[in-house]
Amino acid sequence: MRKSLTLHLGLIALLFALQFIAPAYHHGNLARIMVMASFAMGYNIMFGYTGLLSLGHAMFFAVGMYGMGLSATQLGLSIGPAFGVGILSALICSLIVGLLALRTIGVAFMIVTLMFSQTIFLTILYFGGITRGDEGFVIKQSTRQIFGLDLSDATTRYFAALLLFSLVLLGILWLVKSPTGRVLIAIRENEERAKMLGYDVWRHKLAAVVMSGTVSGAAGAAYGVLFGYVGASFSQVPYSIFPLLWVLLGGAGTVIGPFVGTLFMFYLIDLSSTVTDAYMLVVGVILVLLTMFARNGLMGIVRERWAKWLP
Amino acid sequence: MGHNTLPTRRKILTGMAAVGAASALPDVTRFAHAGSHSAPIKIGFQVHRTGIGAAYGRWYERTTNAAAKVINDLGGINGRPVEIVAEDDGTDPKRGAEVLEKFANQHGCDIAYGTLFSHVVIGSAPRAAELKLPYFVVSEGHHVASGMLNRYTLQPGITDVKSQVQAMAPWVASNLGKKVTMIYPDFAFGHDHRDYFSAAIEAQGGEVLAQIAIPPTETSFTKYFPQIPRETEIVYHVMVGPAVLTFVKEMGEFFGPNAPQLFGFVDSLEGVDFASPGLEFLEGSYFWEGMPRYAQSNQTSYDKFYRDSIGIDENGAARENAQDVSTYAHMFGCWETLFTIKDGMESSGYKGPEDRAKLIEAVEAISEMPESNEHPQGEKIFNGKTHQVFGVQYISQVEGGKMKVKHTTSLEDGYYPDEVDYTTQSF
Repeated sequence: MRKSLTLHLGLIALLFALQFIAPAYHHGNLARIMVMASFAMGYNIMFGYTGLLSLGHAMFFAVGMYGMGLSATQLGLSIGPAFGVGILSALICSLIVGLLALRTIGVAFMIVTLMFSQTIFLTILYFGGITRGDEGFVIKQSTRQIFGLDLSDATTRYFAALLLFSLVLLGILWLVKSPTGRVLIAIRENEERAKMLGYDVWRHKLAAVVMSGTVSGAAGAAYGVLFGYVGASFSQVPYSIFPLLWVLLGGAGTVIGPFVGTLFMFYLIDLSSTVTDAYMLVVGVILVLLTMFARNGLMGIVRERWAKWLP
Repeated sequence: MGHNTLPTRRKILTGMAAVGAASALPDVTRFAHAGSHSAPIKIGFQVHRTGIGAAYGRWYERTTNAAAKVINDLGGINGRPVEIVAEDDGTDPKRGAEVLEKFANQHGCDIAYGTLFSHVVIGSAPRAAELKLPYFVVSEGHHVASGMLNRYTLQPGITDVKSQVQAMAPWVASNLGKKVTMIYPDFAFGHDHRDYFSAAIEAQGGEVLAQIAIPPTETSFTKYFPQIPRETEIVYHVMVGPAVLTFVKEMGEFFGPNAPQLFGFVDSLEGVDFASPGLEFLEGSYFWEGMPRYAQSNQTSYDKFYRDSIGIDENGAARENAQDVSTYAHMFGCWETLFTIKDGMESSGYKGPEDRAKLIEAVEAISEMPESNEHPQGEKIFNGKTHQVFGVQYISQVEGGKMKVKHTTSLEDGYYPDEVDYTTQSF
């Protein structure tokens, strides 16, 4: 536990230090990566720790984002309460989706989550009068203020992203060490056995969906607040696939893996796009190689070889 | 097995970094060379190379490079060469915002430019303001003039959809009929047409009989056509995307020879050869064009210069490949925007990023843009308060598989009251 705490607190300390020394471009990238890594960590609760593969997580990210954005622009809430509405919206959405989708398992669960996500996307388009459909809308700089702090300022944005990231990281670290987290892992490893041991598997799976969806929604709301844009593209299929990729790359079922995967993928695209127009091909080939030779992801390898204690 | 792969992967990444560094070398050399005379003005070009906007992006890039070459051949801007720094935004608003950050903080660009798709513009514009990076978009969205964006975002090279749609109504009502059924995609682009055209045709004494919204996931359209009321005189259609050929084909099969008048926006068929199988039904129908794709009998010398510079034939296709049809009705916006940037930088005496606010003020002060090699699409008026340009529009009829201009609107046809005054916003 001490090693694990040191590692995770060390990462937070490193990110804190980078605020002061990272060049402007990478500073901005890191703020965004921390928000998207929070999304991936939310995804990891379901996929990495509970073994539930969702293909529709974009819906939670988008519901959090629109819950925040619409309450700020349509209801005139200030950004703090609007952020709260975003998180609450994602919580309610994940509860409803969990209650319905958990009636299915395996491939059917994947399809049902995918369909729910498409429903959210089409709903956003349908109510284009207030959502501005596929175009989305801007959260004005004047709205993005909290406790006298301007969230559009680079330093404030970085610290806000770091705060979200740290809370999610430490929260999940606590979760996986807790009895509830152990049951989730037991469900992932052998659901029937967990059931036989007397655990209420369905209720734990529902809790995993709700926690996962809520964290993902918080990341969506944070993106809207910190980067000033709310748009339907975040509810489309690619944004359901991205967290899966980030988690697989970084290491499913590791607390730190989603951050590593998000960071790796971001810079893989960023660097390869400076080399060639066919950067998606480069990205694809590297992903295939990783899938073939590093099935447990980057941090999965670290855990296998050097740090068995890695949560 | 996995034990041996880690170094290999590292090597791959190291190799990639090395290739990345190597690929930057020509730029370094160029800068070193240019530095002895004058450093280039770097224009960050946010281009849709991948994603849904790729067909447009390819031609936007070709037009941009041609315009930059003309500008450089004429001596550059303030005696400095122009360098286009292109980055793919994947037609994605998140990546679009990242690309702007890259322009400002990594490439050291003076300005950003060139975005077409509205969601990428709207997703990127807040970052442009935060980075204090002038952002010249070529999007035709109403987002700039609506006041949604900010003082750093301008659209001086292409008219917006509200103006375009509104300008169509007088001629449509006078020549094609007043009872309209609208068929449009059920997302923001379609909703803009629905709202602006409905209001404009009603102002002309016309009437919209039915508004048929097609879900974006639709692949077959036959079931929608029976919803078109019998008394319809004009079907106004603005379908876009890969299903448009199916849409036109099925509409032809539904109506046969007894079709009402058809009026559409050529957005549906940008980059598509009118001789494509299934499009025969469009013969005789009318289209809005931002700029006439086919060289007209009264072609201006400006249009000829523009076509020659980009390498486009009289049919709007690439000179080297007649099948490669351009996005002619829109891409002039890139050309004209770059020349407006040149005007703004020269009149403000732009020297570097510290003059960005002066550049914006200089562009805001531009009003008239006469038809010229710099503005080959036609004369324009720029509204500095709304950051939006207004210009003429073209209505063309398909004749023998080509489009012939039947009407050119006036500038006034596209005017509407200001919805914002960006000049009151601070920098």
